[in-house]
Amino acid sequence: MAGETVDPAPAPAPAPAGPVQETGEIFDVTRFGEYTQFTVVAPGVARAYQPGQFAAVAVGGPETSMLLRRSFALYGVKPGREFAGTIQFVVAANGRGTEWLVQQKIGARLDLVGPLGVPFPLPRPGVPAVLVGGGYGSAPLIPLAEKLIAQDSEVEVIVGAATAGRLFGELQIKRLVGTVTVTTDDGSAGQRGWVTDPLPSAIERLGAEIVYACGPMGMLRAVGEVAQAHAIPAQVAVEESMACGIGVCMTCVLPVRGSDGVSRFVRSCVEGPIFDAGRIRWADVGKLPADLYGADGM
Amino acid sequence: MTMDMTVDMTTSLASVELANPVLTASGCAAAGRELSQFFDVADLGGVVTKSIMLKPRSGRPTPRMAETPSGMLNSIGLQGPGIDSFIANDLSWLRQAGARAVVSIAGHNTDEFVSLAKRLYHQPVDVLEVNISCPNVESRGQVFACDPIASARVISAVRRATNPNVPIFAKLSPDVTDITQIARAVADAGADGISLINTLLGLDIDLDTMRPTLGGTTGGLSGPAIRPVALRCVWQVHQAVPQLPLLGMGGIRTGQDALQFILAGASAVSVGTAIFHDPTAPIRIIAELEAELARRGFRSVAEAVGFAHLSPEEQAAFLANRSPVAGVAS
Ligand SMILES: Cc1cc2nc3c(=O)[nH]c(=O)nc-3n(C[C@H](O)[C@H](O)[C@H](O)COP(=O)(O)OP(=O)(O)OC[C@H]3O[C@@H](n4cnc5c(N)ncnc54)[C@H](O)[C@@H]3O)c2cc1C
Ligand SMILES: Cc1cc2nc3c(=O)[nH]c(=O)nc-3n(C[C@H](O)[C@H](O)[C@H](O)COP(=O)(O)O)c2cc1C
Ligand code: FES
Repeated sequence: MAGETVDPAPAPAPAPAGPVQETGEIFDVTRFGEYTQFTVVAPGVARAYQPGQFAAVAVGGPETSMLLRRSFALYGVKPGREFAGTIQFVVAANGRGTEWLVQQKIGARLDLVGPLGVPFPLPRPGVPAVLVGGGYGSAPLIPLAEKLIAQDSEVEVIVGAATAGRLFGELQIKRLVGTVTVTTDDGSAGQRGWVTDPLPSAIERLGAEIVYACGPMGMLRAVGEVAQAHAIPAQVAVEESMACGIGVCMTCVLPVRGSDGVSRFVRSCVEGPIFDAGRIRWADVGKLPADLYGADGM
Repeated sequence: MTMDMTVDMTTSLASVELANPVLTASGCAAAGRELSQFFDVADLGGVVTKSIMLKPRSGRPTPRMAETPSGMLNSIGLQGPGIDSFIANDLSWLRQAGARAVVSIAGHNTDEFVSLAKRLYHQPVDVLEVNISCPNVESRGQVFACDPIASARVISAVRRATNPNVPIFAKLSPDVTDITQIARAVADAGADGISLINTLLGLDIDLDTMRPTLGGTTGGLSGPAIRPVALRCVWQVHQAVPQLPLLGMGGIRTGQDALQFILAGASAVSVGTAIFHDPTAPIRIIAELEAELARRGFRSVAEAVGFAHLSPEEQAAFLANRSPVAGVAS
């Protein structure tokens, strides 16, 4: 499936400033359906942030038995002017760490490391783009849409989820873009079906030259295939299990084909989480393909 | 209640003097570059680099980790760029960063270890850590460090091939019946010191798939969960080979944890998994350790190494004329 995609000459992302570790006070907690949105005072993280980047949050308090940080995509970042800078992220309670997190109240302090990862690369000004979010994956698309609109790109956004309670950001996106297409698997909101159903017509209507997506891996792969069928690139934000989030442990790797044609296991925390969908070897995720760089050294 | 905070924090790993006894653990800090975003790696006792092999190595398929109570399992499988790229890119970076470089090597067989040692002969290596906790392809995949003969063979071959000015440390696995037997074997084979412990072999099962969670099936357990095991190993090995310096590790998260390892006989410690929780942990632990030593009346790290092996009378005699901080000594 990994055919070459057309490059609309995305501007090289400016070198992001480095991450910081800081303790931030929770300024606001808001529930959206099954999700909990946190607004946290974190001027250091906010200062260097660009859309697509994430933060790693320590969970469980100082004596916790949960050693690993949980990663969340950032949005709603306000670099400080008269007030200290704030960041936002949205949490779906899944396991022990996120269950702890969603019980934290306003005024509690969180230990954060960020911003981490590479930002979404931006196309030339004016290039039309379709943005596709699955579940809480629509969160980082909000600041991306803002940036694209600010550079005169026409933008369409499709958000989807299994069910209405797992949609995120559709109202905010509608306010921002003017319109939003919603899909749910069970038809409880918007049109019944998957985000990839309305995607081809959105690409065609807009004459889109690039697609951006964030959501579950299966969705990203499907979005990448639709984009490829239209001969345009898809930049997708992946979600791999991460132990460190800062590039030192090698747990978060994906098989990715490089510009030299060689496939390698690359760290999704520092070389991602944003990748060109056409370069990820989706069928080999979780496998060790024999042609992977260094596979013969095993 | 003044606290005498002037503790001599220097220590040594065989012939190599370190500014302080806190290093990173192999595989938990890459080659230091990423951590330098958070602090100056030259402020550490040293950086122990990820075990490097002769050839580029992909590592194992994902998932490569599972969080466990107070720890984690990893099955990275020694992903790395191979020795040539390591020397050109990583070691040179570490050198210009001004950090002490403890280079960890791993091989499939004794010849590979020897080739690695030769390749590093003229490189800026302060200490060579020989990771023998990996499978020996010549012995149906049995881990070198589980067999005293295989361990001794690698260590004596590496000792001969390595620059004589560079101390070599054998890194031992705790997954053995008697770790002192392996320690004596590598000591006799010419190891200048011992690093311990590597991870313990563990397993996690995903209850959704009802299959092992990790791509590599089993994985190495690390973090505070293994600390008592690690401390016991340091204690036993210090008794078995008291002449050898030990680099102790396993679940160290605070200065108090580090002090336990030093009292048990470690000359220095490595911090691994704690970095994932707190990227600045190694630097924080240096300061915490200094305070813990001062509080107990120690004037240097060296005084505390192996102190737990002294009798209560010997300990009291040693600290008698010291002025420990009020409220601590009784
Ligand atoms: C770059 C990135 C951005 C993310 N953004 C968001 C977001 O905006 N909102 C949100 O709700 N979630 C997000 N996630 C997923 C979120 O990190 C996981 O759901 C969370 O770590 C699971 O923790 P837990 O305590 O619920 O699960 P546990 O099962 O207790 O977690 C155990 C360990 O596995 C890791 N882990 C488990 N599931 C995942 C997963 N799906 N992805 C990554 N690591 C996992 C955890 O980090 C932890 O180290 C993101 C993940 C990544 C990598
Ligand atoms: C992700 C990860 C990778 C590791 N890689 C290596 C390695 O390449 N070589 C090695 O000798 N030890 C490796 N280790 C073991 C550590 O160096 C250390 O011995 C062990 O984790 C115990 O210390 P800790 O509990 O502080 O992490 C690794 C550990 C982890 C968690
Ligand atoms: S999570 Fe550790 S390298 Fe990416």
